[in-house]
Amino acid sequence: MISAAQLTKRFGNKIVLRNLDLQIEAGEFVAMLGPNGAGKSTLLRILASLSSPTFGRLEIAGCRLPHQAAAVRRRLGVVLHQPLLYGDLSAAENLQFFGRMYALPALDQSVAAALELVGLAARRDDLVRTFSRGMQQRLSIARAILHDPDVLLLDEPYTGLDQDAADILDGLLRRVAATGRTILMTSHDLIRIAGLATRFDVLSRGRIAASARREDPSARDLLGFYREALQHGR
Amino acid sequence: MPGGEAELAGQPPALRRQAGLSPGRLYLRSIAAIIWKDMRAELRSREMLASMLVFALLVILIFNFALQLNVRERTTITAGVLWVTFAFAGTLGLNRSLAVEYDRGCLDGLLLTPVDRSAIYFGKAIGNLIFMLVVEAVVLPVYSLLYNQNLFHPGLFAAILLGSIGYSAVGTLLSSMAVQTRTRDVLLPILLFPLAIPILLAAVKASSGLLQGLDMAEIWPAINLMIAYDVIFTSLAFMFFENIVEE
Repeated sequence: MISAAQLTKRFGNKIVLRNLDLQIEAGEFVAMLGPNGAGKSTLLRILASLSSPTFGRLEIAGCRLPHQAAAVRRRLGVVLHQPLLYGDLSAAENLQFFGRMYALPALDQSVAAALELVGLAARRDDLVRTFSRGMQQRLSIARAILHDPDVLLLDEPYTGLDQDAADILDGLLRRVAATGRTILMTSHDLIRIAGLATRFDVLSRGRIAASARREDPSARDLLGFYREALQHGR
Repeated sequence: MPGGEAELAGQPPALRRQAGLSPGRLYLRSIAAIIWKDMRAELRSREMLASMLVFALLVILIFNFALQLNVRERTTITAGVLWVTFAFAGTLGLNRSLAVEYDRGCLDGLLLTPVDRSAIYFGKAIGNLIFMLVVEAVVLPVYSLLYNQNLFHPGLFAAILLGSIGYSAVGTLLSSMAVQTRTRDVLLPILLFPLAIPILLAAVKASSGLLQGLDMAEIWPAINLMIAYDVIFTSLAFMFFENIVEE
């Protein structure tokens, strides 16, 4: 579903991604781990077509980037650090706007279903600026899955969430993963991600230092794997 | 799910759903969606229109007290005062319009949608034009009252429309550049005013000529310049907006 070869990204003299190779199969839930500055967010922005690689080949769902960017964007749902929502619009209006940008038919039903899925149906007419960070993050996921994408990219979705909001997000991500979508998520929260992902990649110094498929590993195992990968990557 | 055509059976749901709409209709619907979103948000917050209106009214009030003019002199300076007011108030709106997109990452949200980048530009530019026209619709009668001058001239409305189109076209393009910098509030006027000189001069000349009842042969060159400016900068924005907003 996602195929990257020799992906390199430079900002001036600084090389953020170095000849990175990545293959993700359809339906996989991949956790991209790594320390700050490893290049996780840059990788996600390139996959999301928000940034272009300096070198390298990239294909998502059979479409080449950047040449077939519009086709790729139709297949992608993206959740970034910021909610990408308009504070002066209500939850429903935000989704209606993005639904119109994707030219979705039966928009009202799609919006209602997405709000129901993320547990915000009761707040559909409330302005987004009155929402807590956790509610905004849930609405952000509703925005990302509104057009029924094949691939979901999530960049640190747990950032700034309290325990309850993070638990709700856990449940939501499980439900989204159960629909068979391919998911790539970056996170520092090893405890949470251990129970969600089925494959764990460690990004270090702009390269994948290690990759492992594990079903429901303990957080301790995952921490060991992560530290070993970082040592190996140095 | 509409359609259900055999050739789309293997396509992802997002593509199947969009089947049946021509690229042209998708493009226009995207522009309309952005305008709808901007209008809706502004009707709620009234942040941008309120600041533009208050600023514009203050400017014409200050000019009214600062320039103690007789009737004849008023006719000659009216176009200049009006366009200075429109340009300054317009700059406030342009800055705010793009800052709203940038500050909460909403520009990324727009760029993640599968629409052509130029549709995003046209949506924002038309939204900015509407806000400018609303301010102008309020300023004109207030100016008429304060300066005791009749401004209800169809030709003047046309000149204001042409000038505002050009100003919004170039302003939206430049504010999408300036908004990505730390000094965006200062940078936009510094970039915009030099580039807007041709359209402002032409707009002042055409408006002034119409108010003074000059022969159309004297006014047409200014109107032609405005039309050419509108076409050139709209075309430039169509070509380069994608490069400006993408990394």
